[in-house]
Amino acid sequence: MAQLTGPADGPGASPGERPYPPGSYPLVVVGSGPGGIQMSYALRQLGIDHALLSADPSPGGMFRRWPFFQRLLSWTKPYAPVDRGGRAYERYDWNSLLADDPDHRAIMPTLMDGSSYFPSRPEMEQNIATFAARTGTVARYECRWTATRREDDSDEPTFILETTDGEYRATAVVFAVGVAQPFSPPTPGIELAAHYADTRPAETYADRRVFIMGKQNSGFELATGLLPWARRIYLASPSPAKLSVNTRSLVGVRARYVQPFEDHVLGGGVSVLDASIGGIERLADGGFVVNARPSDGGEDLTIEVDEVISATGFVTPLLDLPDLGVTTFGQARLPAQTPYWESASLPGIYFAGTIGQGSAGLKKHGLPANSGAVHGARYNARCLALHIARKRLGRAIQTPALEPDHMVDLVLAELATAPELWHQRAYLSRVISLDPEVGPRDEGIVPLAAFVDGQGDDGQADALALTLEADGTGAIYPVLYLRRDGNVEERPIDPDPLLRFDTADVRKQVGSILAELGR
Amino acid sequence: MATRDEIVDQIAGFALFADLTTPQLERIAHIFEEEVYPEGARVLRQGLSGSAFHVILDGEAAVVIDGQQRATLARGDFFGEVSILLGEPPGADIVASRPLRCLVLAGPQVQPVLLDNPPLMYRMLQAQARRLRNANRWRS
Repeated sequence: MAQLTGPADGPGASPGERPYPPGSYPLVVVGSGPGGIQMSYALRQLGIDHALLSADPSPGGMFRRWPFFQRLLSWTKPYAPVDRGGRAYERYDWNSLLADDPDHRAIMPTLMDGSSYFPSRPEMEQNIATFAARTGTVARYECRWTATRREDDSDEPTFILETTDGEYRATAVVFAVGVAQPFSPPTPGIELAAHYADTRPAETYADRRVFIMGKQNSGFELATGLLPWARRIYLASPSPAKLSVNTRSLVGVRARYVQPFEDHVLGGGVSVLDASIGGIERLADGGFVVNARPSDGGEDLTIEVDEVISATGFVTPLLDLPDLGVTTFGQARLPAQTPYWESASLPGIYFAGTIGQGSAGLKKHGLPANSGAVHGARYNARCLALHIARKRLGRAIQTPALEPDHMVDLVLAELATAPELWHQRAYLSRVISLDPEVGPRDEGIVPLAAFVDGQGDDGQADALALTLEADGTGAIYPVLYLRRDGNVEERPIDPDPLLRFDTADVRKQVGSILAELGR
Repeated sequence: MATRDEIVDQIAGFALFADLTTPQLERIAHIFEEEVYPEGARVLRQGLSGSAFHVILDGEAAVVIDGQQRATLARGDFFGEVSILLGEPPGADIVASRPLRCLVLAGPQVQPVLLDNPPLMYRMLQAQARRLRNANRWRS
C-alpha cells in the first residue's frame, strides 16, 4: 500500500496547554467523533500539519450520547475466523479505528464485557477515547466552529473558520461533524411531538400509548426499547418498512430491531402503518390525536395517544456552508461530494466520517456503501488523507512496484481478505496500474467511481481495479474492472457459498482475466 | 434540497406521475431518493451493470453513446429503465450537462414499484411507445 513514512510531530500539547491555537494552518479538521479522530490520525501518519477542533469536551462524537438505548448496531467479534489485530480481522471488527502500529489496532474487543457482540455506547465512547490517547491524537476541545468566511485574495481561496476560541485560516477544511442535528418534517402540529433526541428514560413511558413517526432504525430502536413499557405502540411512515434481512444489506431496519414488527404481525399491541401524518392535535386531557392517511388510499385514521415521538432522522449541521456554495441534497441535507469526498460545488471543502455518505459512488444494484458507519468511513478517511497529501499539498508518493509473477497471488489475497473491499463493496477498489513503461504498480485503495471515470489518483494508464460486490440477492462476489485505452469493462467472478476467493477456481478465472490484459 | 412535500408538488406535474393520488405520490417521494450530480458527472455508465432508474427534477443531461451525444434530457424526463427492465447494463452514458437533481429508484425496486402503481407503469409504457415511434420515424 502506498504510504509516506514517519509520523509528523504532534502539536505539542503539554499538560495544561490546549493544542492548536487560532491561526493559519495548511488544513483544519473539525470534529472529534470517529471520523475526525481517524482523519487526524491518518493525516499525521502522512506528516501533514493540521489543526483538529471540536465543540465537545472529549472524543467520541455522537457516541457520547447515542444510540438512545445504549447499544450499537455495528458489531465487533472478539473471536473471529482470523487472528485479532491483523488487517484481515478488520472485516469482523466494525468499530475499532485503523492504526499502523499493531499496539493501536483492534482496541474495541478489548473493552467489551462479553454480553453482546454489539458494543454498548459507553464501550464505543471509550474505544474512541482510548485510540486517541494511545495514538496521541489530540484536539482542541470545547472550541466550537460558529461561522465560515471565504477570502479570494490569492489564487487559492482561504477559508476562515470563526470559533469560540478565535479565527482559523486554511485553504482546505475537512468537516467531520456528523449527521446529528435533529430533523422533523413540517407536519402540522409537529411542535407537539418530541424528537428522538429528546426521548425520556424508558420507564417514564410505562402504560402510555406512544405514536412513533418514522419506520427506520431509530423508530424501531425506540419501539424495541419501549416494548416492555408502553401500553400501545404505533409506528408510521408513508412507505413500507424495509428489513435488512430482506434487502440482504444494511439498507432497512436491522435484525435486532425487528421485534416490534413481529409483535405487529402477531397482533400483540404494536401497529406498523404505511401512512403519512396529516397532523397532530392536542386533546383537552393532555393526550394527542394523530391523523394518518393510509398510503393505500384507505380511510383516514384518527389515533389517540399519550405521546408522539418524531424519529424522522437527522440532518448535517453545516451551519453557513450552503451560503458559501456547498450544495446539499436529500432529507439529511448531505453535501454533494466528489468521489474523493470534496464538495462538488465548493473546492477545498472536504468531508469525513458519516457525512462521507454524500459521496454515493456507483451504488450498484441500489446498495449504498457503508460510509455512514465507522467500518466504512474509517477507510474513506485514510484514502482522503492520501488524496489531500498528493493533490492538495503536492506530495510525491511512490507506489510500490509489483513482481508480474506475483500479481495473481496479490489479487487472490486481496479478494479473500482486504477489509476495505469487504466493507466498502463496489465503492473502494484496490488498483494495480499496468503502464508498460514502468511495470505493474500497487496504487493502493482508490474510490471505484473515480477509477471508472478516469479521475482517480492512480492516473489514466491501463489498470486493473479489484472490488467485492453484492447485488441484493445475498451473493457477494469479486468484480475485476479492466481499464484499457481509457475504456473500462467489468468482469465478475463467480460467487462462492463460503465466500472463499482464494481457491484454485478463482485463481483460474483471475488468470484468464489478467491474460486479457497481456499479463 | 427540497422537502418531501415540495418533491410531491413537483412530481405531481410530471407526466410520469400524473395519474397518481396524493397518498401514492407521498409514498413515491418516500421510496425514491434524491441525488444531485455536478456538471460533467456521469450518472449512468455505458456497459457497467447495477444502475438505477432516474427522474430528472432539475437540470439537464446528455445521452452519450460511444462518445457521441445523441439526445438531451430535461426536467420531467426519466432514464435508466430500459437496462433495468432488460437486466442488461445501460447502452449509453448519461452525463450531467448542467447541475442535475434527480429522484432515484434502485434497480431491484423498479419492478415492485411498477406493479404497485399500474398508472405509473402505463405512463412509462406510453413514453416508451413514443420513443419507439420516434426512433422508427428517424430510421424511415
